[in-house]
Amino acid sequence: MLAYIIRRLIATVPVMGVVALFVFSLLYIAPGDPAAMIAGDLATSEDIARIHAKLGLDEPFLLRFGHWLWGVLHGDLGISIFTNLPVTQLIGQRLEPTVALTLTTLVVTVVFAVPLGVLAAWKVGTWIDRLVMLVAVLGFSLPAFVLAYLLVLAFSIELPLLPVQGYVSIRDGFVPFISHLILPSAALGLIYGALIARVTRASMLEVLSQDYIRTAAAKGLADGQVLLRHALKNAAVPIATVIGIGVALLISGVIVTETVFAIPGIGRLTVDAILRRDYPVIQGVILLFSAAYVLVNLAVDISYTLLDPRVRY
Amino acid sequence: MAAAELVAPLRRRHWLAPAVRRHPTVAVGLLILVAMLAMAALAPWLGTSDPLAVSPIRRLRFPAAAYWFGTDAYGRDVYSRTLYGARVSLQVGLGVALLSTALGLAIGLVTGFNRFADAVIMRVMDGLMSVPPVLLAIALMALTRASIGNVIIAITISEVPRVARLVRGVVLGLREQPFVEAAVAAGTGFLRTLQRHILPNTLAPVLVQATYICASAMITEAVLSFIGAGTPPQIPSWGNIMADGRSYFQLRPYLIIFPGVFLSLTVLAVNLVGDGLRDALDPRLARRL
Amino acid sequence: MGWSLRGLGRWAAAAMLAAGLLAPAAHAQTSGKTIRFIPEADLRSLDPIWTTAYITRNHGYMVYDTLFALDEHFKPQPQMVDTWTVSADKLTYAFTLRDKLKFHDGTPVRSADCIASLERWMKRDGLGQVMALSVAEMKAADDRRFSIILKKPFPLLLEAIGKLSSNVPFIMPERIAKTDANTQITDPTGSGPFKFVKSEWVPGNKAVYVRNPDYVPRSEKPSWAAGGKVAKVDRVEWVYIPDPATAANALAAGEVDWWQQLPPDLVPQLQSNPDITIANTDPLGSIGVMRFNQLQPPFNNEKLRQAVLYVIDQKEIMTALAGDDQRNWRTCYSYYTCNTPMASEAGAAPLSGPRDPAKAKALIKESGYKGERIVIMTATDQPIVDRQAQIVAERLREIGLNVDLQAMDWGTLITRRTSKEPVEKNGWSIFFTWFVGPDMINPALNFPIRANGDKAWFGWPSDDKLEALRAEWLAAPDLAAQQRVAAEVQEEAFTSVPYVPTGQFIIPTAFRKSLHGVIVAPVVFLWNVEKQ
Repeated sequence: MLAYIIRRLIATVPVMGVVALFVFSLLYIAPGDPAAMIAGDLATSEDIARIHAKLGLDEPFLLRFGHWLWGVLHGDLGISIFTNLPVTQLIGQRLEPTVALTLTTLVVTVVFAVPLGVLAAWKVGTWIDRLVMLVAVLGFSLPAFVLAYLLVLAFSIELPLLPVQGYVSIRDGFVPFISHLILPSAALGLIYGALIARVTRASMLEVLSQDYIRTAAAKGLADGQVLLRHALKNAAVPIATVIGIGVALLISGVIVTETVFAIPGIGRLTVDAILRRDYPVIQGVILLFSAAYVLVNLAVDISYTLLDPRVRY
Repeated sequence: MAAAELVAPLRRRHWLAPAVRRHPTVAVGLLILVAMLAMAALAPWLGTSDPLAVSPIRRLRFPAAAYWFGTDAYGRDVYSRTLYGARVSLQVGLGVALLSTALGLAIGLVTGFNRFADAVIMRVMDGLMSVPPVLLAIALMALTRASIGNVIIAITISEVPRVARLVRGVVLGLREQPFVEAAVAAGTGFLRTLQRHILPNTLAPVLVQATYICASAMITEAVLSFIGAGTPPQIPSWGNIMADGRSYFQLRPYLIIFPGVFLSLTVLAVNLVGDGLRDALDPRLARRL
Repeated sequence: MGWSLRGLGRWAAAAMLAAGLLAPAAHAQTSGKTIRFIPEADLRSLDPIWTTAYITRNHGYMVYDTLFALDEHFKPQPQMVDTWTVSADKLTYAFTLRDKLKFHDGTPVRSADCIASLERWMKRDGLGQVMALSVAEMKAADDRRFSIILKKPFPLLLEAIGKLSSNVPFIMPERIAKTDANTQITDPTGSGPFKFVKSEWVPGNKAVYVRNPDYVPRSEKPSWAAGGKVAKVDRVEWVYIPDPATAANALAAGEVDWWQQLPPDLVPQLQSNPDITIANTDPLGSIGVMRFNQLQPPFNNEKLRQAVLYVIDQKEIMTALAGDDQRNWRTCYSYYTCNTPMASEAGAAPLSGPRDPAKAKALIKESGYKGERIVIMTATDQPIVDRQAQIVAERLREIGLNVDLQAMDWGTLITRRTSKEPVEKNGWSIFFTWFVGPDMINPALNFPIRANGDKAWFGWPSDDKLEALRAEWLAAPDLAAQQRVAAEVQEEAFTSVPYVPTGQFIIPTAFRKSLHGVIVAPVVFLWNVEKQ
């Protein structure tokens, strides 16, 4: 088992290498000149040329990539062009809201979506099934920001129950913490939940049609028992897979959700950095998000061995 | 050639009629889709005016007889923009679906057959795939200037790896199948094998995937516009109209509602058709439904 | 961070439990002594000498103090300075600092700090650079007295060191002011009414200030930047919320107290709220600017620039930009901020008269325009820029110009505007921006009117006559002479058209009724504001 995990971890190295090279070259060829942004509105061309030289933006590609990669390997993602602060510090001070938001969403969504998918499969063809599937398809059909505004309108303005924006750390109290996360999580989780519910339903249907389930049912086992003990257990692998892959949706959604709800997390850092061409920050966050995504899916892969004894490592 | 018969029926059987019969929702989806396409094509003849014409004296008007869907912050007619917007959003959706499946198919087939190409290209694809797609598209849009073409390319690049992966998986599976081995053993040429056995069996899952990509591309376009990294703002895509109007969503909800309803309906329709196709084309699932 | 899986499960379970039990307004955490303020932009640099960004200037007014400060009558008044004298030959200015001035680190403010700060400022600021040409030396008599000795008279000296807008000559400790002028400072130690809490600074989100208990304000009433700067709250949090809909909701819900720049179109949404005051606290507003690339065809042709003057409709542009409510904008057919002493309509007829597309077309013909492509750059993330660009693009199309409106974000725009290349090589023809009123009040402060070719601002206009007139203005001895020369400068500007002023607009501010004492000034100040 340990050897397997290590092997898988090593296998992520080339993937992350490709990401690193890709991210670096992406921004190397970017048209925006950070020197112009730093210089400000009243700058002259000489000011810009001077800043350009100072930042080392004139060095050749490989040299800059080398410098950058060496730094990254030592935990140094460079200095933000705009705030003059280390990228690791900027990311560090914004990690908590994003981790809190994504984890809450992930857990709550899975807790809701998997049972709904199971229910839909169990009651296949009935109005319950159709309703669940309709909600799931609708979840795919609405841009997250529209949903977010509608939620705010409903639950913060018309019914002033929940805060409009912002983030409160769990250290400042649990109730304020969670009340700030409910609406963002709902906006963020809908599409993710839709995906999970659909896949859960499909894989449950697949398993339910297998002979051994029919046998179990014929043996007289109660429906619920069949469903949970046999069917869900066997459908677990595709469900786990989609939970892992769907994290990409969460990460993409975080960018929009944090902007609407003014949550000071990595998603907003990303948008700000891209709009300002803050190269080191963009590189840092893409690398971070990608690493997180790869690791989540690695964890999912490893969990297969626990979920399904037939999977060998 | 008996083995080929096992899989071949898929190709001959007409899938649309049974799909529609089994899923009335597919018919609904198709109907909406056709309506949207017709609207996009006929936009100039549906009582619209120039969707780009600005007129500050009539800005932010509520829907009325003169402006069916009201006007936006520049005094542009939202009805005209929404109808012309169908062109842009469908163009992005279909464009991305076509391009990414074509590219994905090509890459998937090559990597499925050539071990060396597989080793190199799939590493790159794995790398691309580990960057969340919307993030990748935003980063790519930050590189280029805003245009519909660039939006299509950016979303395509973020979708291709998934299609390639799917195709490669199917091809690898098929290569082990007795009927393919038989064909190769019988001296059938590579291209002919490809054409006769591989492509037809790959097309089904790719077609289903394409509909989902089409739907998600339209949503991604809206998200890119929201962030400010999408199509040029004067171009009336549904995403742009909403992104433009989002500050006023409490004062002028119609700025979001009209394009939003059109976008959601279209995406819903594409998804419904996709679900129907999947059920019709996937015999394992179709059996039970 | 220590997220353990088991802890997470408990945490999530508790989360769902609490979700059902939430009491309304559970999040309301109001403190009478904290103002939560949504600033116009994100504070990203702490060095108001290094950058001209208005947000950093506003930060500067929080933490630093100035020797002189402009009052509402456009007169520089002493702020840190107690008394001063000017020699009869106008070549020696001697200053005495007020007693008990202290930096946030506890050290007293000394003459050496002021001299070092002025030296650094004179290297960066446009007016400071002009002043430097006249300064022979600055020397300290003792810790509280110092003098500036000039080579030749510089009538604007007090205006310069009491400059209201970027770059403001803020006074920093000597150890910080010694930093190279081209390197950003990171230590925000000043002697102003608030202290910056650097440990709570989250760029892109939040900047926190606390009251400086050691600050000794002047006894006069506040008037613009002059007068007593009394911090009346313990803590000010700048919360940056870029999304206008979210900001409006946050203010309506009382999660913030003050939104500095309320987009005019959202006024109706907050107007009906009984807890919110919407006010125009900015007497000078801002000026829209349309800028040409004068190095490349077709706008290297003076006739074509003049043609544009005949179709630019300030009323129309301002309506699109600032809304229907005319309290929020006015036409301003002058190269100087209207309602200030230099403003006039000298030579403005092509811009102020009835709009005349026929005349414009005639001038286009005269210019020999051959249908060259005109690239107008617009920034979608800057409504003020985008509104101007969209309207003007349409009007230029109508008079037969081959307009290519290219949308991008502001970051790309300000990169691309540095390009001197033709449009075929990713160059540009026109872009739009805006300046705050105080930056445009006279020929010395007005930066884009400069026409010194390569050294001028992007667009690089070249007009020796304009430059000569500007130099003449700097030497003008009194107000009457200044006004006469300023009018001549403007007449020349309406001929060679370094840029087109597109109107004067005021962005309203909105605050909760619990705030009192908001100062009416062209810069937002947070002293004197109380919260009840």
